[in-house]
Parts: sequence; structure tokens; C-alpha cells
Amino acid sequence: MAVTAVSGVGARPVPRLRRLEDERWLAMALLLPTAVLLGLFIAYPFFEGVLLSLKSTRVGQPGEFIGLKNFEKIWNDSIFRTTVWNTFWYTGVTTVFKLALGLWLAILLNRHFRGKALIRAFILLPFIIPTVLSTFAWKWMFDPTFSVINWTLFQLGIITQRINWLGDPDLAMTSIIIINIWRGVPFFAITLLAGLQTISPELHEAAAIDGARPWQRFWHVTWPLLMPVTLVVVLFSVIQTFADFQLVYVMTGGGPANATHLFATYAYQLGIGTGLLSEGAAISLAMFPFLFIIVVVQLLYIRRVETR
Amino acid sequence: MIEGATWRRWVFYNIPLILFVFVLLFPFYWMIITTFRPDGELYKPWNSVNYMPFWTNNPTFEHILYLFEETSFARWMFNTMFIALVSTLISLFCGVLAGYALARLNFPYAGGLGTAIFITYLVPQTLLFIPLAEIIRNFQLGDTPWALILTYPTFLIPFCTWLMMGYFKAIPKELEECARIDGASRWKAMVYIIIPVAVPGILSSGIIAFTLSWNEFIYALVFLSSPDQKTVPVGVTSELIRGDVFFWGPLMAGALLGSIPVAIVYSFFVEHYVSGLTGSVKG
Repeated sequence: MAVTAVSGVGARPVPRLRRLEDERWLAMALLLPTAVLLGLFIAYPFFEGVLLSLKSTRVGQPGEFIGLKNFEKIWNDSIFRTTVWNTFWYTGVTTVFKLALGLWLAILLNRHFRGKALIRAFILLPFIIPTVLSTFAWKWMFDPTFSVINWTLFQLGIITQRINWLGDPDLAMTSIIIINIWRGVPFFAITLLAGLQTISPELHEAAAIDGARPWQRFWHVTWPLLMPVTLVVVLFSVIQTFADFQLVYVMTGGGPANATHLFATYAYQLGIGTGLLSEGAAISLAMFPFLFIIVVVQLLYIRRVETR
Repeated sequence: MIEGATWRRWVFYNIPLILFVFVLLFPFYWMIITTFRPDGELYKPWNSVNYMPFWTNNPTFEHILYLFEETSFARWMFNTMFIALVSTLISLFCGVLAGYALARLNFPYAGGLGTAIFITYLVPQTLLFIPLAEIIRNFQLGDTPWALILTYPTFLIPFCTWLMMGYFKAIPKELEECARIDGASRWKAMVYIIIPVAVPGILSSGIIAFTLSWNEFIYALVFLSSPDQKTVPVGVTSELIRGDVFFWGPLMAGALLGSIPVAIVYSFFVEHYVSGLTGSVKG
């Protein structure tokens, strides 16, 4: 049957539906809507973004071609340097904690106990509730005057003075890191739990019979077998965290005194807030080489682990 | 796992688990209690006497009423729902077809296209929002729901495609071949045989896509400007904060009510959500 489409070529025009019998034509037809949307709203903006970053466009001013001047300018910008450092610090610290706590939670859930399904459903809530909305709850909890966290610490006798969580640069960064970990742990826990469940209990029993202690069983059996899932989860999380916007925008807006900016919030502040479209686009694009390196390194590593 | 004595189970499992659940859920409890607490109680300094932060004896609906009477909250809910539903449907349509093609058809560059989809899966929205804002304006889509309905699929389609590829690959080839021998065309075999088998995968991708579009923020913030067009996250952020003044009661009420649709959808399809989430990280 598939032959008819091929033998029809040249003899007379092939009817459209018949043409779909050819795998190549069918594949092309099925991929067309995706290609159009992604081309129009990813490839084209990417191209436009590169052009924009090489010009001096502001809101209402088309500007002209100025080469790499925008990149030169942000390179010498001390706020941009803080931003780069913040983004790496934020991504690194949160990823380590999300992995450690997520794995711990996954191990706690990887048993049979009453109410397990319910608990699993509830702990995913921080991940599914819109980030902006749950971040507002945190902002209210960290409020300088009405903070419930301060109240608790005060009642426990740990502090006597209020802690101004979002007013101090280091504390503000720490607060943001805490919220990101809070939101990310459920994702790590649930995906790692799925990975844990694919590990046969017999392997653990065999190791136990050979005299392996629980810690040794974890390190030599569970951890290596969990590696492929862990790497993909970390890859996703690192990219999302590196490019994060919502959390910082709501909590500090990049403040106090531009101390907590990430790439995305600084790009927003310059590009949309101040109207320096080209500089904003340049800052956004500056993320690209870092993201690219992260993706390539991780994909290579994943391939190595999987073929081992 | 070999269980030890009861106290060991409590120390090593139950107590840590209770702590995890407490910390993960406390902000939502705080959201709820703030929603129903009168302003007089809300704005009491943290170190004042007789301060009872975890409970209120005078619950009130004033904050919820404020949302519906003084702001366009109902309108934002409708906008968000409409945008999330339509962009999810578009993404499912594209993702199912593309996933089928990439997983089950032989054609040149299939591998390369699969990789390209995976790469776009990893492109964050924050990389492109400034040039995309210009493009949206040039297309005359600014400040309309279509600005979001057409751009949300850029991060939903790669996700749906990737997830569907996994589901389609798991379906045995024989199923399709049987139908083809019985005289079904490729198209019919896909629509009537393979896609019905993949319904759980479609549900999973649909639910996750819905929650993702409900969660999206930066595009909605940049592409929409008039109060009536906004989505819930943007509306709450821009209309309930005036300068330095935060309207915490209505803010928390908005956050609570804005979370409810997602929570309801999630609660009905927890299993699909979880299987989609775990499927999405399978390489």
C-alpha cells in the first residue's frame, strides 16, 4: 500500500490523502504546526534579540547599529558583575540543597505506610501552586514588621531584635534561596522517588546479606543506580533556577540597592523598566553562553553515565 | 527495608517526614489564615503582647469582598482560565502530532529534529522576552489574550512533544501494523488506534501544561498592560500594591483564590500529574 504513493509519482498528481501514506510526507504534515509556532516565537525572536543587542534601541527610538558596545558596557557595569555572581551563587546553593533534601524526602517516602498517597499529593503543592502567589505568602512571612518568623524566633528566645529579612543584602539573598529550595524540593523528591522505585529491593537484600551497612548500601547500590534520573532532574532545575525571574521580582525586585538581581530581573529592569531595550536584550542574551555550556556538559555527562 | 524498633522508626522516619510536611505546607496555612483575618489583627507588630498569629477568633470576608468589588479579580480569573485552556489545547494538538511523528515514523533528520525539540524544551522564557515583546507589538497582538495564547505554546509544545514521544515509543509496533493490514491508512491508524492508547499520556501532558500556563509570569507581565486584560499573578502583583503599600489581606485572598483552580485540577488528576512529571525527566 505504501508503494502506491511512490509509484504514482510522475504518472499523475497524487491525491493529497494518498500522499500521507508516505511516511516522509506524513511526518512533515504532523510537524508543520509545531515548526510554525516554534519558528515564529522562538527562532525568530532569538534572531531579533541578537540584532537588538547590537543596536542602541530605546523605547520610541529605533537606534542604530553599534556593534558590541552594549556587551562592553555591561561587562564594565558593577551591577552586572554582582548579577552574574548572584546568579551562580543562587543556582549553586539552591541546587545542592534541593538535591540533598529532595533525596532525603524521597527516601522517607519510599516505604509503605498509611496515608502515603495523601502525603505525596500534598507535598507537591509548593511546586504546582503558581510561584508568584506562593512567593507573596513568603513575602508576608518575611515582612520586616509583621514577620511570623520573627515572632516565633522571639517567642523561642532566640532573638530580641527584629530581623530585617529583606532589607539587608545578604539576608535578602538567603531569604530568596530558602524560598527557591522550598519550591524545588517537592519536584526533586517526587522524581527521585520514581527513580528509587525502579531499583529492585533484591539488590538491597543481596548487599545486606553480603554485610553492607545501610550507608554503604545507599552509596554503592542506590546512588549509582539513581544517577541517570538525578542528572536529568538537576539539569532541568539548574536551567530553571539560572533563568529565574518571578521569585526575585516579587521578593525584592532586585534590591536592596541592586544587590539581589539575577540576569532576568536585571534585564527586565533595564529593558522594560528603564526602556533601554538593547541593553536589556544584551543582558538576557548574556545568559545564553552559560546555559549552553551547562546543557552541553550535562548532556555529555548523562550520555557517559547511560552508556557505562 | 528492614524496620527497627518503634523509637528508631519515629526518629529516623516519622519525625523528619512530619517536619518536611509542616515546612512545605505552612505558607499555604499562612495564606488561608491571613485571608480571613481582619486588618486590625493583621497589622499588629510581631512583638506586641497578646499577639496570636496562628489563629483568629474574628474571621472576616472583607478581603475577599474587596477583591471582587474594588478590583477586576473575577476578570483576571476568567482571563487566566481562558488563556491556560486555549494554549493547552493548541500545545496538545501540536505536541501529540509532533510526538507521534518523531517517535513512530522514519524520515530524514528525525534524530536531529528530536534534539532540536529537546533544546527548545530547555530555552527559558526569560531569554527572549524583550525581542518577543517587540514582535508581539509588530504583530498588533499587544494587550490581547492572543499575545499569551500564541506564545505559551513555545514552552508547552516542546514539553508535550517530549512527553508524548515517551508514551508513543512504549506502544508496540504490531498494534499499528495489524490495523494497516486490515486496510487502515496511516492517518486512520494513528487517529483511531494509536492516539486512543496514548490517552493517559495526553491527560498527563495536558494537566502539566495547564498548571505551567497558570504559573507563567514574565510574558504576561510584559505583554499585557490594561488592568482588564491581566492574568491572576500579574493582576495581584500590579493592582494590590500601590507604591510601597501592600494590601496584605486582599493580596493573600487573591493568592488563595488564584491557586484554587490549579489545586482542583491537580487534585482530580494527581496520578496523571505525577506520572507526567516523572516521565518528563526520563531521557
